[in-house]
Amino acid sequence: MNTDLNTSSSLSFDDIGMIFPDGTEALRNISFELSRGEFVTIVGPSGCGKSTLLKIASGLLEPTNGSVEVDRERLGYVFQDATLLPWRTVSKNVELLAELHGTDSQERKRLVEESIELVGLTGFEDHYPKSLSGGMKMRCSLARSLTLKPPVFLFDEPFGAVDEITREHLNEETQQLFKQEGFAGLFITHSISEAVFMSTKVLVMSARPGRIVAEFDIPFEYPRKPDLRFSADFAELCGKVSVELRGSHS
Amino acid sequence: MSTVTENEETSSKTIPGQPTRMRRYVAAFVPPVILGAAVIGLWYYITFGVLAEKRRFLLRPIHSVIDVGFLDGDNRSESLNALWSSTEVALIGLSISIGLGFVLAILMSQAKFLERAIFPYMVTLQAIPILAIVPLISFWFGTGQTSRVVVCVIISLFPIIVNTLFGLQSAEKGMHDLFTLHHANRFTRLRKLMFPAALPAIFAGLRISAGLSVIGAIVGDFFFGKGEAGIGQMLKKHANRLQGEELLACVILSSALGVIVFWLFGVIQNKAVGRWHEANSATT
Repeated sequence: MNTDLNTSSSLSFDDIGMIFPDGTEALRNISFELSRGEFVTIVGPSGCGKSTLLKIASGLLEPTNGSVEVDRERLGYVFQDATLLPWRTVSKNVELLAELHGTDSQERKRLVEESIELVGLTGFEDHYPKSLSGGMKMRCSLARSLTLKPPVFLFDEPFGAVDEITREHLNEETQQLFKQEGFAGLFITHSISEAVFMSTKVLVMSARPGRIVAEFDIPFEYPRKPDLRFSADFAELCGKVSVELRGSHS
Repeated sequence: MSTVTENEETSSKTIPGQPTRMRRYVAAFVPPVILGAAVIGLWYYITFGVLAEKRRFLLRPIHSVIDVGFLDGDNRSESLNALWSSTEVALIGLSISIGLGFVLAILMSQAKFLERAIFPYMVTLQAIPILAIVPLISFWFGTGQTSRVVVCVIISLFPIIVNTLFGLQSAEKGMHDLFTLHHANRFTRLRKLMFPAALPAIFAGLRISAGLSVIGAIVGDFFFGKGEAGIGQMLKKHANRLQGEELLACVILSSALGVIVFWLFGVIQNKAVGRWHEANSATT
């Protein structure tokens, strides 16, 4: 990895703690940094506060302790649902964020075309979300964030609702996008193989309150090929993550 | 990235051929036509088989309703004038309801405390039987067109408010988060998110209210007859004079007006949201 990309972090969490008004402690002592060229995935049991951490990163939630440093102007953020506006076509949906940011219409058009091509939705520009499959909706949602040229890209379990094969395709495409666009990626999932396949680093989070209990550097070269999933090294790493994850459940 | 290969079939629906379309029309029209024929048959049976000669004014046979009610020039022009007068009242009333309903619903959607403040009064207004406030309305607005319109508004306002408000509140939380993340202001959020999300519900409300506005216009006309007579006055007059044919003709006309208005808003709804709305199965 290029060292010059790593000189300053793009997103840093400093001792984040989150206690909801009802008294539930969701997160405790979360500290880590993320730079361009890094793709960090957090795996953890359901309800461990992973999504809460992304909401804190994006500013949708204020943490009760600690601080976040990130440029929120051009933050990429994909939600669990594609959250496409059903009354807008694919290209109008992709155009939305640039519209909200007041980008002029010619530039918008260019960005939209480019992003749609990046996610492979060319030819579907005039389709409404209701005629898209789950995977295509997610691609559209990715394209929408890509128009921002985000230096930091947050993914909140985006591929949880699509079928296995589509998910694998989307994983391969996401890591390609990561390589091409060079953003700092923070990805949330509870699929271990998804985490290991895409990331430069995997963090394991414990159940409530969510804490980082283990950290794994993933050494595989990019671009990663689909059959990486069948290699012994891959299986071994997945096994290690799995052991930690099981440990964190108790 | 690779191009999309999955699920191409979801986007290319088979275009229905001529025969299937034909069959659909037949399937849509045959049942109501059969039922209609049965009702007409029953109608004749009651007129000629059940009612004694002297009491036949209670239900005149359909051909004489058409003959006297619609084909007689004087009667026809009188009925059509009345119909037009009521249509005018319905249109004015509906427009006011739409305007007022939108404003109130938008206000309520912007702040919870406004919703809490306004909504109970809307329910109260809705709950008042129109008959109970007829005297008040005539005190305040006289017995002319203004009062007819007021009745029409009172009857048709509520569904617009409720449906518009419900629609404005129907955008998913995730979509709101998206707008929050990108610093959308109140107006942008309303225009680009809440309002389009509300359209299906708004149209559902409009169709109900459009039908109610016709009823409101006729009810209003029934009570407040000053000025140009509408269908309500005609109904009253023909009933008093035991003119069965003309009475039934007026009933048919007023129901036709309701159907047309309902259908019209269905067409507009299809044009506006049919392309994208998932559950759009509105029959027009």
